[in-house]
This record gives sequence, structure tokens and C-alpha cells, in this order.
Amino acid sequence: MLTHSPKADKLTKIWAEIYEPGEQFEYLNTSSIHPGGGFFLKNMAKLNAKHQARLILKDGTEYEGESFGADINSSGEVVFNTGMAGYPESLTDPSYFGQILVLTYPIIGNYGVPPREFFESRKIWVKGLIVQNYIDKPSHFESLKTLGAWLKEEGIPAISGIDTRALTLKLRYHGVMLGEIRSTKHETRNKSKIENSNGQKSFELQNPKFGFNLFDPNSENVLTFVSRKTVEVYGEGKKTIVLIDCGDKENIIRSFVKRKVKVIVVPWDLNPLKDPPAGGFDGVMVSNGPGDPKLAKETIKNIKELLNKNVPTFGICLGSQLLALASGADTYKLKFGHRGQNQPVLDVLNNELKLSTNKALITSQNHGFAVNTKTLKPGWVEWFKNLNDGTNEGIRHKHKPFMSIQFHPEASPGPVDADYLFDEFLNYL
Amino acid sequence: MKKVLILGSGPLKIGQAGEFDYSGSQALKALKEEGIKTVLVNANIATIQTSKELADKIYFLPVDPYFITEVIKKEKPDGIFLSFGGQTALNCGLELEKNGTFKKYGVQILGTPAKSIEVTEDRELFAKELGLIEVKVPRGGFARNLNQAMDLAKKIGFPLMIRSGFSLGGLGSTVVENMTDFKKSAEVALKNAPASTLVRGEPQIAVEEYLKHWKEIEYEVVRDKNGFKIAVCNMENFDPLGIHTGESIVVAPSQTLNNYQYQFLRKISLKVIEQLKIVGECNIQFALNPESNDYRVIEVNARLSRSSALASKATGYPLAYIAAKLALGKNITELKNSVTKTTSAFFEPALDYIVLKMPRWDLQKFEGSVSKIGSEMKSVGEVMAIGRSFPEVLQKAVRMLETGQDGLLEAESRKLKAESFLTPHTKRLFAIAQSFSTGGTVDEIYKSTGIDKWFLYQVEEIAKFENELREKKLTKDKKTIKRAKQLGFSDKLLAICFGITEKEVRVLRKNLGILPVVKQIDTLAGEFPSETNYLYLTYHGKESEGQSDKDSKSGKAIILGSGTYRIGSSVEFDWGCVTAAATLREKKFETIIINCNPETVSTDFDNADKLYFEELSLERVEDIYEIEKNAKLVLGFGGQVPNNLALKAHKLGMKILGTSPESIDQAENRKKFSALLDKLKIRQPEWASLESISQTLQFVRHVGFPVLVRPSYVLSGAAMNVAYSNAQLKQYLEEAGEISSDYPVVISKFIINAKEIEIDGVAQNGQLILYAISEHIENAGVHSGDATLVLPPQRLYLETIRQIKSATKKIVKKLNITGPFNIQFMAKDNNVLVIELNLRSSRSFPFVSKVTNINFAKKAMLAMLDEDISGDYETLELDYVAVKAPQFSFNRIKGADPRLRVEMSSTGEVGVFGEDLEEAYLKAMLATGWIWPRKNVFISIGGDENKLEFLESARKLGKLGLNIFATDKTSKFLTENGVKNTRVNKISENAKNSVLDLIRDGVVELAINISDSKVNHKGSKDGFLIRRNCIDYSIPLITNLQSAILLSSSLSSKKITDLQIKSWHEYLVK
Repeated sequence: MLTHSPKADKLTKIWAEIYEPGEQFEYLNTSSIHPGGGFFLKNMAKLNAKHQARLILKDGTEYEGESFGADINSSGEVVFNTGMAGYPESLTDPSYFGQILVLTYPIIGNYGVPPREFFESRKIWVKGLIVQNYIDKPSHFESLKTLGAWLKEEGIPAISGIDTRALTLKLRYHGVMLGEIRSTKHETRNKSKIENSNGQKSFELQNPKFGFNLFDPNSENVLTFVSRKTVEVYGEGKKTIVLIDCGDKENIIRSFVKRKVKVIVVPWDLNPLKDPPAGGFDGVMVSNGPGDPKLAKETIKNIKELLNKNVPTFGICLGSQLLALASGADTYKLKFGHRGQNQPVLDVLNNELKLSTNKALITSQNHGFAVNTKTLKPGWVEWFKNLNDGTNEGIRHKHKPFMSIQFHPEASPGPVDADYLFDEFLNYL
Repeated sequence: MKKVLILGSGPLKIGQAGEFDYSGSQALKALKEEGIKTVLVNANIATIQTSKELADKIYFLPVDPYFITEVIKKEKPDGIFLSFGGQTALNCGLELEKNGTFKKYGVQILGTPAKSIEVTEDRELFAKELGLIEVKVPRGGFARNLNQAMDLAKKIGFPLMIRSGFSLGGLGSTVVENMTDFKKSAEVALKNAPASTLVRGEPQIAVEEYLKHWKEIEYEVVRDKNGFKIAVCNMENFDPLGIHTGESIVVAPSQTLNNYQYQFLRKISLKVIEQLKIVGECNIQFALNPESNDYRVIEVNARLSRSSALASKATGYPLAYIAAKLALGKNITELKNSVTKTTSAFFEPALDYIVLKMPRWDLQKFEGSVSKIGSEMKSVGEVMAIGRSFPEVLQKAVRMLETGQDGLLEAESRKLKAESFLTPHTKRLFAIAQSFSTGGTVDEIYKSTGIDKWFLYQVEEIAKFENELREKKLTKDKKTIKRAKQLGFSDKLLAICFGITEKEVRVLRKNLGILPVVKQIDTLAGEFPSETNYLYLTYHGKESEGQSDKDSKSGKAIILGSGTYRIGSSVEFDWGCVTAAATLREKKFETIIINCNPETVSTDFDNADKLYFEELSLERVEDIYEIEKNAKLVLGFGGQVPNNLALKAHKLGMKILGTSPESIDQAENRKKFSALLDKLKIRQPEWASLESISQTLQFVRHVGFPVLVRPSYVLSGAAMNVAYSNAQLKQYLEEAGEISSDYPVVISKFIINAKEIEIDGVAQNGQLILYAISEHIENAGVHSGDATLVLPPQRLYLETIRQIKSATKKIVKKLNITGPFNIQFMAKDNNVLVIELNLRSSRSFPFVSKVTNINFAKKAMLAMLDEDISGDYETLELDYVAVKAPQFSFNRIKGADPRLRVEMSSTGEVGVFGEDLEEAYLKAMLATGWIWPRKNVFISIGGDENKLEFLESARKLGKLGLNIFATDKTSKFLTENGVKNTRVNKISENAKNSVLDLIRDGVVELAINISDSKVNHKGSKDGFLIRRNCIDYSIPLITNLQSAILLSSSLSSKKITDLQIKSWHEYLVK
């Protein structure tokens, strides 16, 4: 079972104050409660009301549109993704925790919301969704409901009618930015406070009642919010891997299970060497996840131990950064990250290593941090490189069974070309 | 690799049009960059690729095995490109590979290997090959004869789809519901497999399960020699399977596929090109079950295609250019993204807009055609709209087609029967909209059409909103207007609905702050900065891009393109626009192009400083004019579409380069032009615009028959006709439906046996600077676009030429022309009459430019810029003769009568050179798909005069040793005059051994069928059946007397080996 954090319960009360007395609330799954989040409350009476909403960036830029999600305010890091299909997968990707997602494809909602097996985790993780045009009449044989209805159910605000291209260009130019989604309703409630602040436009002043600043998912270790709290076991097979859940996408699990590998998913801070699962394990997979890798100190420490013990280890995305940090290399924040399904990477590993032949792949990506290849320690080499901007897309150890990639071999959403990398890792076991 | 031979696609025809000019041009650019010498063979003289700037050597010759072998012998190229000239180039290349020519002369096929191409072209091999990698293809089988086909049909069950191998644009593929229809269609399909491409000596057709209402999805995929692969673009057809993709509205990217479907089809696409070892570009078409994830691969095109051209324009990814580089052995990872110029070409474009392609049909130009559409291609052109919502692009595209339709519920579509959306036809979209506006539901329309509900919901939204607008239920407030604009409605339509003028709507809209914004296409959805200005306008956005403050020294000019290709306007106008753009850039103008046709070179973003992929409507042109500030319009090169805007744009205060819009109006307005000619004492055929039947009859009594009848309102079918008698006149007027002051009929005296002559020219400030005179082979009565042109003229009196020049000079001076123009004349017995003046570049501009080696379009552009273009231009005394001949696509238009008439029906043209008229004419005929007759010809000539006139020619044919077959009267006449022939029964004689059997059994290699136009304008039933069957069974057919005579004399004076293999350059050098 999932547990509530005391911090979250306190915030629930703060949020409850925002609503008028007498308004009806419904508590949603509180496992996601976090500062800046407002999605644990659901006002049933307002589910279908259409109204204006705004996205306000930290620099004061405002974008006005129409709300098609939950009727609440929310803040986070505003990022854009250039994929053209796959919103259910993206929305349920825990790596988006704490982020407001801007989709550059201008027509969203076309095929509604599919059944649970298309999701990458149990719930929507984004703090908000920004689109140009929202389609409320989807068409697909697998659609169960509209995107808007789903967002409302999960308490996620969403705005349509935003010039998403202009917003994207701004983010590209200035880098990702913190921002807030505000519905007109709540704005009215806060208006007096804004006026009282002598026209000062700082967010802190505009949100005095929230008691916190714009939520920045990179300011603290956020894995605690996205990781499972208990151990879970999937699949059957001769080989077993431990999957360290830093906010894993379920397709990583599916990718191993379909290869007849047993997957033991453990919380982000569990040390598999100290606390090994019954029956032992053959290798470790460090999952994708949100936030600044350097803040996941616990996990880095555990990986270090794994590396010292020569345990075959595979990192994906955040997992790759954690592996790099554990190996002694450094990571840094990208200006606006890579989020899309069309990122070209080249396998640049020397042929002399005979580990793989040079390959070029189109990959699915979702990351804001990268490994600095200049800081790689002896024995480690760059494995994949981004063909557009030359940033690192994976590292590998020359002699030991350690490999990591910045992109997503599990895809979902996005191209599945990198799927073979799971096999390559399993060769180590 | 030092020298590469590139095969072009030849003349434009239905199913193979301008897209191959685009792909060939890009391939040439790519080769040039690598320092490789290029030799291009393409008889299509109107193309951009046949320009000196692009190819090192150009041969205006037929792309067929004989001529290509000769060119190879002469040029000795190291390699050859087969994938850039459509099916024509591919078929030709495959045959040369099979007969060992390439091996013999050491020519390497570059790019996709011949073996792979064969697999994609032979449906049996294709099914086998894909079976090896467990990729599903439609259930079905192959038949080499009717019995086999019928056995298959019984086994699979109806409905069935019949397809023939090597099917260009789906020719010979049909959906059939029962055995009777099946037999008929299978027979035609078996017959249609071109002789050159038979499978093991036999024709082959596929009989397949018909996947009713499955979605049709396409992927454009690229692979390099290393096996690095990308899926550049996917596209979804609005219509479900069963409608040819060239006949369907298509959107990119797919709209109704979720990530899983998008990716699994992508994965299969990559698997297929890996299996086929494609090097370059490839198109893969899928059928996808809308109720499950079941799929079939229905087709693979291992070459550049119409879809790849569309995908290139839709994404900004230059597929043809990249494919050429990969064919030369480059790695895709070492190439750069041509739009950003900094990122890798190894990527998959992310679109942050939606693109919609809509086909344009011109079926009304074909006598006897039906508007039903299906698995065969009939459309003659297409447009592409870019925007940020489906309604926005759908409505843009509807207007871009220039059919007069604005909105979905135009008066015309109100007439469509509500149930008429059941069967697919050219106006189905409007019938569906009509149904929504009268209470039809998405569910019922989905059930009958299979069009995905996602599309239908949005068509419903537009239709309902338009209905409210038209029924005046909405007020002209900000909310309504904003919504209308976001749904893609024009100011013009809003003006009608609000009962105010278009100008008032514009002012109101601007006051309300409702303005379109400019967005850029950058291939990466904004992730990286882009170096190119590939732009579109949208009402879904707040901020504009692509505007720089830097002013170019010479100023700004906006060139208006020609829009969709249609009968009467195609690649020749694109050539003009591209030439004008290059000239402007040479003169340091900031050059802007507006066009909306994805098949063009002018819409390659590197031809101008800015490309607006946009409508050529007055509203949009004004939008761009306002955004660009201080620009001048160039209207003279895009054909009639921009010309029609001249006066309106001028009245709105827009600055226009060249001849003044008032002069253009004087030329365009029949009455004004007529008065002008009278004033200048230049003769013209007598004419009148008449408002009633009695007036008409009175006028005709005065001038006498025959007369040319041009009703201004036509319900359906042909608009123009020649009447030889009262009965015919009455019939045409009845067909016109209405004659009134609103819909007058224009009648002019038709002169029999008159020659037609054209002058193409460039003038400056009322001075004639440059001109070329071409004569028509056919007598007046054949539309100038369908006529065969000869330059320099071979049979004109000097006096005629003198009169033409004199009349031209007077007109040029009077209208103070600056820029391009074209005048059409008629001449009989040294009497010269003016038929028409076009104050713009004409269809024949590229022809006369390339034949005379003087670029008329460039000179015209320079004239408009006030540059000095005076000089000594020689266009009459040339050491060679060039012929421009039409290409017809009657085989595509079932039921159409393939006679030449006053209405234009050709879809393309060739232009070739020869030492004399005969040589050039034979080359021209061969370049339009002719077969040299070696054994049997069929002759049927209506009318005594015609028979007499043709007698000498028949003798010549007989002397060549050809067996002549003739029907009743013709046979009798020939026998009486000592020409040996075999009489065959007429079809109406209902006997065995009829002419139909000759045609169907492929006995005759040439049919000459001249009808007596005086008898009945529709011709006799027999005549029609002969002509139609010739087309359906691919027998060369001649329906014009003068052409038949010239052909006979040419055949009798030349052998094929007399046709010289000389490059353009060799002709020009004295």
C-alpha cells in the first residue's frame, strides 16, 4: 500500500482553504501529493464548466486560452515535447513529474483515452497540459473517454487555444521556465492580494495564500514522490533483474517480461546488495525518472556499490545520469532538454571494442539533464551521441558489464528502433 | 562516378505529373554539388529540370528503351538514376536491365537495385518477398488469363479488387461486386499490362480481397547503404481504401492513429525497406482495420512518387535531394537537414501543423466522363493547405482548388442530393456537408462512407456553423468572426452571410484585431532555429515569425504562382515563376513566392527568399502584401489565376510590376478588347454576346454557319462547341440550360480550314522587344493547348508573318505592354484575324524559350524591372525545327470521347527538336507514348472532303507495306482509288470480325479515325466506340486530319534510325 506523507496532508489543508465553504471536494489518490500540486482535489460540480485559463511564465509572459482539464491552479517547470502522437503515454510518464507539458503538435485528443494497458504508470504525472487545439470528439476503437474527461478525473488542469509554437520558441530561446496554470475562477479569488502588492508582478506575491513558490521539480529530490514504496514482482524467467524505480515507465517492465526475464521492481532508495530479493538477481536496471540526478544521492550511492561488485547494470535516461554520477562522471542541465520522438543518435563506440557495430537510430527522448562526456573516468567511453547537438546519449564501460543510454529503448511513445538494447544488456547476464 | 544519366518522366499525364519535375530537379542539384556531370533525358520541354542551370546535357527525347540505349551509347555514363522519373523511367530502366544494356555499356544503376524494384512491381514476387519477413499483404492471387482470374474470384469471394502490375496511378484497378463486372474489368486489366513489362511473356493481374472501409495510411521511408533508416512522414487518407490515394483528400501526419499504431506501421515500413535493400526513398501504403490493429501492406513504390513530393512539401524534408545523395553512396548521417542547415538529415520531421492535400478534377472537360471516383486516378492536379486545425486546412484547400467553391455549402453543392455521398464522387465532401446541414448524423454517414468519424465530426462542425452563418443566425461580433476564421471561412463568404462587402468584413475584422499570423515550417517543431523562410498563415496563433527588418537593396517582390495544375495550366507556368524568381534574386530583390501546389519546383523553399505556401485568393494575397510591406506583385508568370487578380489588387492599392492592370482588363474583357481591335483596325472573327435564343438565331443568320458557341453558364459537360447547323446550335443552347442577361452566350464566326498561329513575346513600355511565331499543325477548331506547335513556322507565307508582326506591334503599343504576352491568330488566304490576347506568360513560353535559346520569361521579368533588354533576337531563321505536341490522358477518363475539340483536354506536352518537321514530329509522337506502326493500321474517315484529302496519305501508308484495315465507306473509297485494304465490319453491323475485334486482339498498331464534325457533334456511336476502345486497349489513335496527314508523310520519309540522337546543346551550336 501507498503511504501518505505528513507534508502532503498539511498541504491538503492549505488547498482546501482556497475553495469556497460548501463546495464539494473529492479526494483523489494522494500518493502524488506534492508542493505546488493541486490535483488531489476534485470539484465534481465544476467538471464540465468551460472557462478561460492562463499560463503564466516566471518572466511574466501570459498566454490565455480555454480550460479543458481540471478547474484548478498548478505550477511547475514548463517543457515542450515535439512528438506527434502518444499523449496518453507521455502524460503517464513519471519523468514528467512536476512539469507542465506543452505539446507542439497542434491537434490533441484525436483518439481519446485508451485502456490502462497503454499507460506508462498508474496515473497522469504532468502538472498541466498546454495545447493549441483540443479535440473533444475523439474517434478510435480503443477510446474509452475523452482526454478532457480523463484530465478532469485525475485533477490535471489543461489549456487549449494557446499559441504553442510561440510558447515553444520562447522556451527554446530562454530555456525551460517555471510557470503556472491559473484558471480565471481562482484568479478572482487571489486578485485582492495582487492589488495589495502594489502591482508587483512576482509570483510569490501573486500566490501568497499558497505558502510556497512556483514549484521547481529540480530543487529537491523528487524520486520520493514517483517511486513505488514497496517491492513488486513481474514475469517469470531463468534470469532476474532488479529494476530500481526512479519513476519507471511500465514498458521497461514489459520489455523484460516479454523476453522471459523476471523483474523485481524496488523503490528508488533500496539497495539490492543490502536487501537482496529472495532468489537473488542477475543484473540491475536503473529506470528513467524526473528531476536533477544529483539530488538522488541515495540511489547514486547504491549504484556505486553495484559497480564495485561488477553487477551488470543498465541505466535508462535518469538512470543513465545516475550511473554516470556513480561512476564518478558529472551531469549538467540542458537549456531546454530533448523531448520528442525524432532524436537521431549515433553509436560511436569504437569498433575495436567489438561490442557493437556503428548504428544510427531514431529515438524517443524525454530528459532535461545530460552526462558530461569530458568527465568520464578511465574505462568508460561514450557510446551514443546526439546527431543534432552532439550531446551524450549513452555511456558504456570498456570491460565491465555497465551500460547506459539517455534515450528510451522502451519507446512508448515513439519509435521502437532501440528495442534491441534490452537484448544487448541481457547478454551480460 | 563522373557522369550520371537521369531519366525524366516525359510529358505530364494523369498519375504522373509535376512531382517528377520537382524530384528530377532536386536530383540534378544534388549531383551538381558532388561535381558529377549530368545527362538528362526528358522530352517535357516545359519542365524546370530541362534548364541549363540544372543539367549539363539535356536530350529532348522519348524515355523509352530504344532512345535511352542510343543516348547511353553516345554519352557513356557511369551510372543511371531510375527513381526520379516516375513509372516511365522505372519501366524503361527495368527493361534495359533485363535486356542487358546496362551491363553491356557498363552503366551502374544507382540507388535501389533493379532486383528490388522488380519485386515491388511484380505483385506475385512482392507477396512472396513480404511473406519472408511475415509482413501481411492482401489475400488474393495472380492470374495470367481470364479463367485463372475467375477461379480466384470464386475462391476469395466478392467484393474484390482487381489490380494490374506496373500500374501507374492505379490504372486498371477496380473494385467489383459481381461476376459480370468482374469479367469485364479483368479483361481490360489483363490487356492493360504494357507489352514491355509482361511477366514471363504474359500479362499479370492481381485479384484481391477488398478491404472495405479500412483506413489507408502511407509512410515515406528512407534508407542508406548502411541500412540506416528513417520514416520521414506518414499520411492518412480521408477516404477509406478503395479510393486511389491520388483521388483522396490526404492529411499529414496521420490524425486518427494512436502511438501504438503509428509505431507498428512505422516498424513494418522499416522492416520492408530493409528486406528490399532500398537505397534512397520508398513509399509504403497500408490498409488498417479501423476496428482492430489488423493491417495489410497494399503497395510499395521503390521510387520517388506523388506521395513523396507531397511528403517533402508537408515536412520540409527534401526527399528527392536526399535520395539522390544516398544513391551516390553517401551516409545519411553525414548529410545536413536542409531547413535548419545545422542539424542532421538523419531525423524524422516533427510537424507542429497539419497539412491537407486535395485533388483537383477537370472531368467536365471530357465529353462523356462520369464524376464517380475509385481506385483509378482521374485527378489532374492537387493543392496542399497548411494550418493548425483540420477545419482550417480543409477550407483553405477547397478554395485553393479554384473551382469557385467557397465554404462547404456553396449553392452548387446545395443541389447535390443528400444521399449522393453514398458513392464516392468528385463532390462527395460537399454532399456530406450538405447532409450535415440538413440533419444527417455522423453515424449514418460513417456507415455508408467509411470515412473516419474524426474527419466527419469536424466536417459536421464546419457545415453546421456555415449553415448558421448562411441562415443569418449569427451576428458579426468578435466571437463569431474569430471562430469563423479559425474554422477557415473566407472574408468573401462572411460578406455574403452578413450582407456586407468583402472589404467591409476585412475592415471590421482588422478593427476587432482578428488577423492571421505567419508561422514557419522548420522540420523540428521549433526545437532548433531554422535558416529558411518556409511559411504559412493561420488564425490559430498570436505571434508571427519569419519577418526580418532588413530591407534588401532593390526592394521586395511577390511572385504569384499558378496554384493547382489543371487542364490548361500546369508545369509551364511553374517554369515561368521559378525563372522570374531566379531573375529577381539575381537583381538582389528580396523574392517572395506564394503558391499552394505541392507538385511544383516553385514551392521548394530554396527558390525564393520566402515561400508562403498559401492560397492565391485576393484575401490571402492582401494579407501577405500587408505583412510584407513595400512589396510589389508579379502576376505575369503564374497563368490565369494571378492575372485574374490584377484589377482587383490594383483597385485595393497594391503595386503591380509590368503591364498596367487596366491594360490587362482591356485584354481580358471580351467587349473592351473587341472595341480596341476595331479602333486599331485589326480584324477579328465576328462575334456577339447574346442574351436570348432569338437574338442568337438572328446573329447566326447574319454571319452564317459554322459558329463557335460559348455559353457562360454550363450545367455540366463541355462548354464550347462548334455548330454547323441550326439543329446543332439549338442542341448546344439547350445543353447550356440558361441564356439570359446574367448568363449570356458568346457566339463567334467559326472559320473552316483556317490556320492558327501564336506569337509569344516580351515588350517594354509599349515596344515589342522579342517575339517567336509558332504555327499549329491542326486547323483552327482544336484548342491551342491541344494543338501541335511548330517553331520556326514551316508553312506560313511571309505576308502572313508580316501582318502578324504589324498587328502585334499595334496592340503592344496601344496597351503599353511591359512584360510577357501571347496573341493567338487565325489565318486564311493571307487574311489574319486576332482571336485572343493574354497579357501574361503563356503555355508556350518555355517551349519558345528553349527552342530559340532566349529565355523569354527572364527577359520579361527584366523588362518589368525596367532593365535594358534591347537586342537582336533571332527566332525565325533557325537551323532546326522544333515541335510541341500534346499528351492526352484519355485512358484515365473512362467513357470520355478522345476527339480533339475546341475544349482543351490534354494534360501535358513534349517539345522536341529535329532537322526537319517530319523528324521532330515523329520524335514528338514517340515521346507521347506512341508505337511505331510496323504491320497493321486501321483507317476510318468521315466526310467526302476528308476522305479525298487523306487519299494521298493512305497511299503512302500502303507503300510502306502496312496492311490497311478500313470500315465500309472508307474501304470502298480506298479501293476505288487503288489503295489496297481489308474491309472490316462496323460495330453497328453486329457481325464477327468487326473493327472492335481488331482493336481488342491488338491486331492494329495505329488507328486513324476522323469524324465528320458537320454531321453530329457527338460523332456516330460507331466512331465513339472505335475511339474509346483504342484508348482502353492502348492503341495509338489519331482523330485530326492534318495530324494524320503529317504523320503519314513523316512515316513514309523516315526510319527510326533517321531520328537523330542530339542534345539540346548540339542543336543550338551553329
